[in-house]
Amino acid sequence: MTDTLPSNTAYELNPDALLAAYRTMRTIREFEERVHEEFATGEIPGFVHLYAGEEASAAGVCVHLDDRDVLASTHRGHGHCIAKGVDPKEMMAEIYGRVTGSCHGKGGSMHIADLSKGMLGANGIVGGGPPLICGAALAAKLQGTGGVGVAFFGDGASNQGTTLEALNLASVWNLPAIFVAENNGYAEATSSTWSVAADNIADRAAGFGMPGVIVDGFDFFAVYEAAAEAIDRARNGGGPTLIEVKFTRYFGHFEGDQQAYRADEVARARETLDCLKRFRGRVTETGQLADHQLNESTTRSTGSSTTPSPRPRPRPSRPRPTSPPTSTSRTDQRRAVRSRTSEEAHSWPGPSATARRSTRRWRRRWSATSRSS
Amino acid sequence: MADARIAKVTMPKWGLSMTSGRITEWLVEEGTEVKAGAELAEIDTDKINGVLESPADGVLRRIIAGTDSSAPIGATIAVVAPADVPDAEIEQVVAEAEAQLASGEVEEPQGPVVATVEVDGRPISYATMGDGDEVVVLVHGYGGDKNSWLFVQEPLSRTRTVHAIDLPGHGTSGKDVGDGSLDTLAATVLGFLDVVGAGRAHLVGHSLGGAVVTAAAAAAPDKVSALTLVAPAGFGSRVDAGYLRGFASAGSRRELRPHLGKLFADESQVTRQLVDDLLRYKRLDGVGAALETLLGTLLDGDDQAIDAAPLLATVEVPVTVIWGRADKVFAPADASALGQAKLRVVDGAGHMAHMEKPNEVVAAVEAAAGQQRATRETRELVGNEGGEVPRA
Amino acid sequence: MERDESVIVMGEDNAGGMGSPGEMDAWGGVLGVTKGLYHKFPGRVLDTPISESAFIGAAIGAATRGMRPVAELMFIDFMGVCFDQIYNQAAKFRYMFGGKAVTPVVVRTMYGAGLRAAAQHSQALYPIFTHIPGLKVVVPSSPYEAKGLLIQSIRDDDPVIFCEHKMLYDTTGEVPEESYTIPFGEANVAREGGDVTIVAIGRMVSVALEAADELASSGVEAEVIDPRTTSPLDTDTILESVENTGRLVVVDEATPRCNMATDISATVAQEAFGSLQAPIQMVTAPHTPVPFADSLEDFYMPDAQKVVNAAKATVGWKR
Repeated sequence: MTDTLPSNTAYELNPDALLAAYRTMRTIREFEERVHEEFATGEIPGFVHLYAGEEASAAGVCVHLDDRDVLASTHRGHGHCIAKGVDPKEMMAEIYGRVTGSCHGKGGSMHIADLSKGMLGANGIVGGGPPLICGAALAAKLQGTGGVGVAFFGDGASNQGTTLEALNLASVWNLPAIFVAENNGYAEATSSTWSVAADNIADRAAGFGMPGVIVDGFDFFAVYEAAAEAIDRARNGGGPTLIEVKFTRYFGHFEGDQQAYRADEVARARETLDCLKRFRGRVTETGQLADHQLNESTTRSTGSSTTPSPRPRPRPSRPRPTSPPTSTSRTDQRRAVRSRTSEEAHSWPGPSATARRSTRRWRRRWSATSRSS
Repeated sequence: MADARIAKVTMPKWGLSMTSGRITEWLVEEGTEVKAGAELAEIDTDKINGVLESPADGVLRRIIAGTDSSAPIGATIAVVAPADVPDAEIEQVVAEAEAQLASGEVEEPQGPVVATVEVDGRPISYATMGDGDEVVVLVHGYGGDKNSWLFVQEPLSRTRTVHAIDLPGHGTSGKDVGDGSLDTLAATVLGFLDVVGAGRAHLVGHSLGGAVVTAAAAAAPDKVSALTLVAPAGFGSRVDAGYLRGFASAGSRRELRPHLGKLFADESQVTRQLVDDLLRYKRLDGVGAALETLLGTLLDGDDQAIDAAPLLATVEVPVTVIWGRADKVFAPADASALGQAKLRVVDGAGHMAHMEKPNEVVAAVEAAAGQQRATRETRELVGNEGGEVPRA
Repeated sequence: MERDESVIVMGEDNAGGMGSPGEMDAWGGVLGVTKGLYHKFPGRVLDTPISESAFIGAAIGAATRGMRPVAELMFIDFMGVCFDQIYNQAAKFRYMFGGKAVTPVVVRTMYGAGLRAAAQHSQALYPIFTHIPGLKVVVPSSPYEAKGLLIQSIRDDDPVIFCEHKMLYDTTGEVPEESYTIPFGEANVAREGGDVTIVAIGRMVSVALEAADELASSGVEAEVIDPRTTSPLDTDTILESVENTGRLVVVDEATPRCNMATDISATVAQEAFGSLQAPIQMVTAPHTPVPFADSLEDFYMPDAQKVVNAAKATVGWKR
């Protein structure tokens, strides 16, 4: 039972709610772009995994959630954190390892959590979240709060045993859980079309006794609708749902990833599919909001309360290598890769013919209507 | 057939859990003449060291279980008999005893029988030994329990019904102490007497229990035939508040042990088992809160909060007070505070005289019984009409 | 469970009979430990499919949301299929989230050899949990310890792995009717003695006490220490004892590489080197899986004789 929902409803959200949703997505985008820039300076310790391009998924789901509800995320968790209401300033501080960070510097990018806001944490373990969300949903059910648990996981985690066990358990115990498979096409450097044996991750839902839905992840409203139905079902004791969100991530698996496994899909996505652009197009077309309102909200999101904190230290001037690095030190290599990425993000060598063919095949699946399963 | 004057000295059962004892020292040699009640041997159990007394007058004819040997409770470990009882008969008794010891088939003496009753909605646990007409009720002190009377209950029970109770918050009684006031505790003791149908009893109280039984006697004189107080609280203002607070707050063996040394004249009485048992008690749900509440009853700042002297002044039945000279918790009170009570300060005992010198307490109870009988006879002669003849 | 309704129980066949035509609570746990709870506390005893990752993870997730789950990992040998949830999630939440997370979950599990259950159902894997910061590991040795430590585990706000030796279920002992607790990180001195210190874990405590009786008849008085919890470990009591006796034997049923014996021995060697009068002796299983045949399994487990030999080796040692 997999359906692809075409989205055509912009009318269920009032202008304020629409602006709030836009602001959420815009904040995530700006936050991630900023981290992308800052990471290139070499000052952020460890790894970061950026969510840019995927904002509609986090925003479209989280707009339905309140403090009763709990969310578990992945290593690519900044977007979910922001959408659930974690303070971006504290998040940025945490990414830098500061004591003022959400976890006092003890967790870092991959473990940002705010239990008071029902954010069970970004998780460094692929597939770590779904079982925990079964527990959170169980607690909500036993405590009678009416709350739900939402497990975000990626196409990589969709193959992890923990995820599959959690899907089964959620059905067996009839838990108020929503499983959101964010299929951005790659699990690290491996295409999901190769690693996921089924045509769609959502096809697996039937095997676990729950409804499965596919949505266009670049379309806020498509996500919004699918999430509304699933969350409603959960709140009313109807059990779990699996939502597969299809889109792409604009950056690498981690910052520093050369992304040699990709073609030029990012440039095209940014141009024609981008969720912020489409949202703007939709709401202005239906006349619910005007461009200047969206722009002003942008301005507000660059204001003090939602912007990531200013740079903790001045950016040192760093010589850019003009030729490939010959140094074998890992740090030097990372720095060289990072600086190349920041200045050459959109000027890679073009994709090979093979890459082009596989990209086309991938795109076709992406926008397809349901296949019989 | 053995001479009836042959008295078997048997390993006593001190307390509920004792199953055997080890003789650490014979204080008397074979052939020595002894009187009933004389100290014969020092015996070691897991919990405590005690002194075994001779059950009869005579000569210590034979020691069956020597120094450093162990024997189960009830086993015959020595024989006391008058000098003129023939050796052959002694040998027979000895042979039987040795055979019993070897085979391990020793008749276990009846220990205390434990039961629970409800008093004022609280479960009160108590241990009973003996079934004489006279009733004695033993009331322990702060942090104690019915087992602390182990050396006193057994000898007294030979001719009396002796109940040792657990106060609320202690032992295996309910841990809710309500307001923990002296009145509440005294009411519990009196309520206990009603529930077990004791009518009139000789109340014996130690430390806080001493103040409690005093208050009980003052509140219901018709129910109390005599009082024996062992190092009672409430007579004088001095107290080692640090001990009481330290006992309540200690959370581990390391924290508790130093405080327990203050209880005895001889600190070696604080065995590992004693510390462990107290810790197990303190870790029961509700005990912490109960002990804290009772501290409020016992202490006013660093002084005693209870003033039991006025209560004692209203008591007309015989009162004996036993106090260890080396008591570090409550220093022996001035005789003036004790009114008409007979005070006996005992050497070689600290705060726990009923464990360190139990025969003093036993003797005090028995002496009071004698006095009481005298009083009753006097009343009968005079034709007392102020109430029924006490059925002790 | 009476006192706190946030306490729930879950595990495979903790009741037994789910979806089956016969009766509910058919098992009450594989060895009957949870029998009766299902009917007494309706809705709070949850049977699970055989999905350790999912339900152990669920117990952990529920714990972060105000429940106090007691999840059963039927055999400690099964930790492999849920280990990530335990050591990467539960153990690390409090730390990673800057001290803001509370995960009061108890994972009860069976360990130990002696039942002829063979290699995959007989291991003593508590050292592996002990190794993980953020977990508390409890190994009770007697009925009194078991009740007090389990109540303490449920009331504790951190994840606790509660290891029950399958051969100890039938032992009896005096246990108060009332609820009580035993603090973690407090060892019990099961027997006092001045000649040699024997530290023993779990079922090995009774083996050590048996050995101590035997040693006493040869004039060697052993002090037997039961740590009760391997994490936190009461090193103070152990060190105090060794400073008094000068000799140490550690008895640990777990296989010898990186077990509690090596852990405790190294700590004592570092902290009480000057007090030691002989090399430390470790009595453990051999470095093999647990065998099946009666005679082999009996040989595999440390017994009183092995402990006696080790103690005598320390007492009789001369440079």
